[in-house]
Amino acid sequence: MLRLPPCSYLRPGSVDEAAELLAEHGETAMLVAGGTDLVPKMKRGQMEPELLIGLGHLAELRAVTETEEGGFEIGAGVTLAAVSGSPRLAAAYPAYTRAAALVSSPALRNVGTIGGNLCVDTRCNYYDMSFEWRQACGFCMKKDGDICRVAPASKRCRAIASSDTAPAAIALGASVVLAGPGGRRREVPVDDLYRDDGQYFLAMAADEIVQSLRLPPAGSWGSAYVKVRRRGTIDFPLAGVAVALRRSGLLVEDCRIVLTAVGSRPFDVSPAAGPLLGRELTAEVLAGADDLLAEVANEAAKVAKPLDNADLHYVWRKQMTRRAVEQAIVEAASCLPAPGGPA
Amino acid sequence: MRRAGELHVVGRALPRVEAAAKVTGSIAYADDIELPGMLSCKLLRSHHAYARIISVDTSAARAMPGVVAVITGHDLPVKYGIMPTCEDELALEHEKVRFVGDPVAAVAAVNEETALAACRAIRVDYEPLEAVGSIEQALVPPDDEPIHDYAGPANVHRLAALEFGDVDAGFAKAAHVREDVFFFEGNTHLPMEQHSATAQVVGGKVTLWSSTQDPHYVHRALSKVLGLPMGELRVVAAPHGGGFGGKCDPFSHEIAVCKLALMTGRPVKCTLTREEVFYTHRGRHPVLMWVRTGVDDDGRILAMHFRSALDGGAYGSYGPASTLYTGALQTTTYAIPAYRFEGVRVFTNKAPCGPKRGHGTPQPRFALEVHLDKLAGELGLDPVELRRRNYVKPFTRTVNWLRITSCGLSEVTDRVLEASGYEQRLRRPGHGMGFAVSSYMCGAGLPIYWNRLPHSECVLNVGRGGVTLLSGATEIGQGSDTVLATIVAEELGLGPGDIRLVTGDTGLTPVDLGSYSSRVTFMAGNAAREAGAKMRALLVKAVAEKEGCAAGEVRVAGGRIGVMSFEEAALLAEERFGTLSTRGSYTPPEGIGGRYKGAGVGPSPAYSYSAAVVDLDADERSGEIRVNKVWLGHDIGRSINELAARGQVEGGVYMGLGEALMEAQAYRDGLLRQPSMLDYKSLTFLDMPEVETILVETVDPEGPYGAKEVGQGPLLPVIPAVVSALHDALGVWVDEVPITPDKVVRVLSARSKGKEPRYGPKGFPEVPYPALVKVAPPDAATASL
Amino acid sequence: MPRPIGRELLRVQVNGEERELLVRPYATLLEVLREELRLSGTKHGCELGECGACTVLVDGLPQLSCLLLPAQVEGAAITTIEGLADGAALHAVQRAFVERGGLQCGYCTPGMVLAAKALLDANPTPTRQEIKEALAGNLCRCTGYASILDAVEEAARLLS
Repeated sequence: MLRLPPCSYLRPGSVDEAAELLAEHGETAMLVAGGTDLVPKMKRGQMEPELLIGLGHLAELRAVTETEEGGFEIGAGVTLAAVSGSPRLAAAYPAYTRAAALVSSPALRNVGTIGGNLCVDTRCNYYDMSFEWRQACGFCMKKDGDICRVAPASKRCRAIASSDTAPAAIALGASVVLAGPGGRRREVPVDDLYRDDGQYFLAMAADEIVQSLRLPPAGSWGSAYVKVRRRGTIDFPLAGVAVALRRSGLLVEDCRIVLTAVGSRPFDVSPAAGPLLGRELTAEVLAGADDLLAEVANEAAKVAKPLDNADLHYVWRKQMTRRAVEQAIVEAASCLPAPGGPA
Repeated sequence: MRRAGELHVVGRALPRVEAAAKVTGSIAYADDIELPGMLSCKLLRSHHAYARIISVDTSAARAMPGVVAVITGHDLPVKYGIMPTCEDELALEHEKVRFVGDPVAAVAAVNEETALAACRAIRVDYEPLEAVGSIEQALVPPDDEPIHDYAGPANVHRLAALEFGDVDAGFAKAAHVREDVFFFEGNTHLPMEQHSATAQVVGGKVTLWSSTQDPHYVHRALSKVLGLPMGELRVVAAPHGGGFGGKCDPFSHEIAVCKLALMTGRPVKCTLTREEVFYTHRGRHPVLMWVRTGVDDDGRILAMHFRSALDGGAYGSYGPASTLYTGALQTTTYAIPAYRFEGVRVFTNKAPCGPKRGHGTPQPRFALEVHLDKLAGELGLDPVELRRRNYVKPFTRTVNWLRITSCGLSEVTDRVLEASGYEQRLRRPGHGMGFAVSSYMCGAGLPIYWNRLPHSECVLNVGRGGVTLLSGATEIGQGSDTVLATIVAEELGLGPGDIRLVTGDTGLTPVDLGSYSSRVTFMAGNAAREAGAKMRALLVKAVAEKEGCAAGEVRVAGGRIGVMSFEEAALLAEERFGTLSTRGSYTPPEGIGGRYKGAGVGPSPAYSYSAAVVDLDADERSGEIRVNKVWLGHDIGRSINELAARGQVEGGVYMGLGEALMEAQAYRDGLLRQPSMLDYKSLTFLDMPEVETILVETVDPEGPYGAKEVGQGPLLPVIPAVVSALHDALGVWVDEVPITPDKVVRVLSARSKGKEPRYGPKGFPEVPYPALVKVAPPDAATASL
Repeated sequence: MPRPIGRELLRVQVNGEERELLVRPYATLLEVLREELRLSGTKHGCELGECGACTVLVDGLPQLSCLLLPAQVEGAAITTIEGLADGAALHAVQRAFVERGGLQCGYCTPGMVLAAKALLDANPTPTRQEIKEALAGNLCRCTGYASILDAVEEAARLLS
């Protein structure tokens, strides 16, 4: 049986205390909430913390509250299942709850948290392997080695951003509250949480903790998340696209497009939606009649540079990114409030 | 033989006899065994694909607290292998490692963590050699030494070249000749249960509990490697969490725990990790195939030439048999008057391949059926009609001397076509339906090593302990126990739950070759039936004598023997005849195959027949395939337990779809690409379509109550039917499985550029085939039985 | 060499019985159940959260015991396959799996049965699609899932 290497586990009394422990122990410590990402990686020697700082028991991380301005604040320790099973969140933020519902499998979503999914480790066929396999391969720069196996000339790690919920959160204009030692708090857009580097993919400080996700009022946004993967469940995204759309009257006023699993960070490619602005999303446009969606999708997917370090052929993954952009626009349009309804 | 109307439990959809133990978690699989003082064993495996071992230093490992024993190849220097012609394995290698995962040392320690840490502390000095990664590479002289020194040329393991009838003359007469090339990627069994073995030594005698499908062959290998008489070794097949052929070889971990238990005097257990299960493998061979068929104007086959090249991985395993199986069963569905088969198996530096559900036949079945579809298209013939014109007839003999008895090929065809509405289907974009047929053996006609023992024996005891059947057959989830209990129950007028089973234990049960080649129902079933019938006769005789009536007047049913309860009758019979113990055995009849070299592979006392229709939608942009439904008609002879039989069909369809669409054991630079259950794709609940199972009962003259196999056959036609349905949907041929969506997009893109709408291998390599062994086909009198 | 890490107290209810155990803080619930409590009905197929074989119910919800650390289940009520039957009487889900042939080798069965039980507790009349979605993380290599679907539907009938 695969087992974890020995490590200690602390149960801090509060988020502040957790941040202080993190600051105190530095690189030897890691946070664990649901553990669904960390535990398998520890079993395979990809992560080797000596100390785990538990967050799962902290009630302050498990609250879902409506904010004064009419949005929602979701504690980082809320499970993916709780989010995807919430009718009021699903009504307001379909892209986000759909993304949460498409993470892994039901039993895992009962434990995996929304904070954990935002911070989920980047993935790579050369990295997500046992110690013995990586030893046979000669290791890579993300762990125990010094080169990138999929792109040996690359100066940085090319592991793939694999969070399903991050692109949805970014498209919806969400932010995260980060907690630091000494009661320090700061709020940053989710997009600012990431760096385009598979090894150092989180931009937050080493002693910071994602405390909550703040979603702005849903307003008249319609949104959708489309995930490309091999099977109907379990699998990580081979490409993922979140779209949020807003209309003024019948015309598109704003459209955000965010991609995941096509590089080392989620990519906000909203400028690609330019041709949609001021246009009416008629049934013909949504059916692809005048190539408008294709034009947007081609532009949006330009940033996608898949490599041979995930499932299926990388050319196909690029092609599917375009298709997923089109699908996500169509799906987001389908859940827009009726024109003339409440703004 | 009693007729169907007289059967009481045979054929009913009753629960499996061990079901309650499985739903309560009380059944103990191999890794659930705990013995006092038990040590844990881990194997150190090679991280080189191909390397010479310069030295192994175990001193640091031995010095670790908690480490009790460390062994290397020098402790187990005797070679073994499942087939006598290629005993090329060492439990632990000490000269060369031949694939990533090849075991080189074993540690017994107080717990698994310590054993693992000790393995990592063993220093192995390797001299890397140039690894061989493909069939093509294996066929040319290697840069370094060949992977094995007993075969060749180059890294060729095995060659076969057989001709039945005059193939050149057949092609010369043919109005149409077509050639195609196909590739079937390797895949693995992925049993839910990882292999596990525990050994204990008591009074100098070794007992091994293992998740094995054939304790008989493990027993034999242990005796050879450990140098102990068979009587000092006992191998018990533990309740089994899935085999599919992956637990049919004797394995390093099984041998290592026995050796370590002998050395330490303590029980030793080794349970593989999931990744190690991928290295242990023995799964489906990657096979490159070339087929040429000549037909007359009516589409009747005049000659066929089939070539296969198997990527065997690093060791022999069942390789010689696997090679011949890729050429043996083409003739059991189609009457081919002249047939030539040339096969080659090569060694490469990958985990060894072996038998997986359908052993060696799903690959050529895929090639043959798709080839016939293409041939039909070329002739302007309906693909079903082309097949029907060539179907074998019941009670005939094939050109390669296989004896066909009951054959429901036409009936399974009719039934799936009718149920699926295949011929009346409405066309819509992206939608397609495909059809294919197949057949499979009901047990191999010959054992794996030459011996004259019966293939299955059993002992049936009746006494105060109730009714106990001792059989060497192993329940691997396929329903072996339920089938045997049902047969005994039928003979004795009891219910299957009344029968106690002792199975798969070389210390307690008589010989049985094990659970492979779909042999249990037919062979162990016939043995159980014989023992049951003999017991029944004793009970009836005792009651008839007591009651003063004729034996024929004593009715056996519902727990009663005539006027008596079963228990009363059993007591009476024991008083009258002494200990009530009867025996049954089964040996396949003589003359079911030919007499040429290579004739040992293919013969079976009967063949099952399957037909499949697959209905799918394919997305022209993404290449994604959604299978909507599969209809599977199967000639089972007679179902012994309908619930279990349907379960086998559904499971076979599932595995066939997995192989058609996603399962692949593939490598990059000598390393497995997907050694985890996340990365090795298998169908989930959400990927599995509805299956409509149609059981056709042809009542085989030699099967128990007419029964034939159902464990392997239904997988076979599913794969080509998917390929055919995809062609129906999109008009492209994907001549390589699995058909992943990226391949579909590539072929569609090629077509849009005016290229051939086909994805698949371009050609077939030059193979140094030996001179053909020419075998005269059976004469007309022999051919019609 | 990292310092040895001592065992810590875990208080947990397992199949209705209160247990106080000294466990390694990095031993997964799977190890605790199988090796400390000898409840070997909980199976391991991948130990990485990829197959569902080790599913148990934690406060009624299916979770993967191979991924759970002791601290995460402190004070929780855990149901394993051994705790489902009422004495000798099988739970309706177990009965349905037996009667409808919802198992072959049986190795995925404990996880499957528990996931099905949790579904039916939450949704007594699931559609076939809802059953598929609820059990989607539980892999089976034998049945092709068909008979498991039948069994869960049968269980819903038995429970209604």
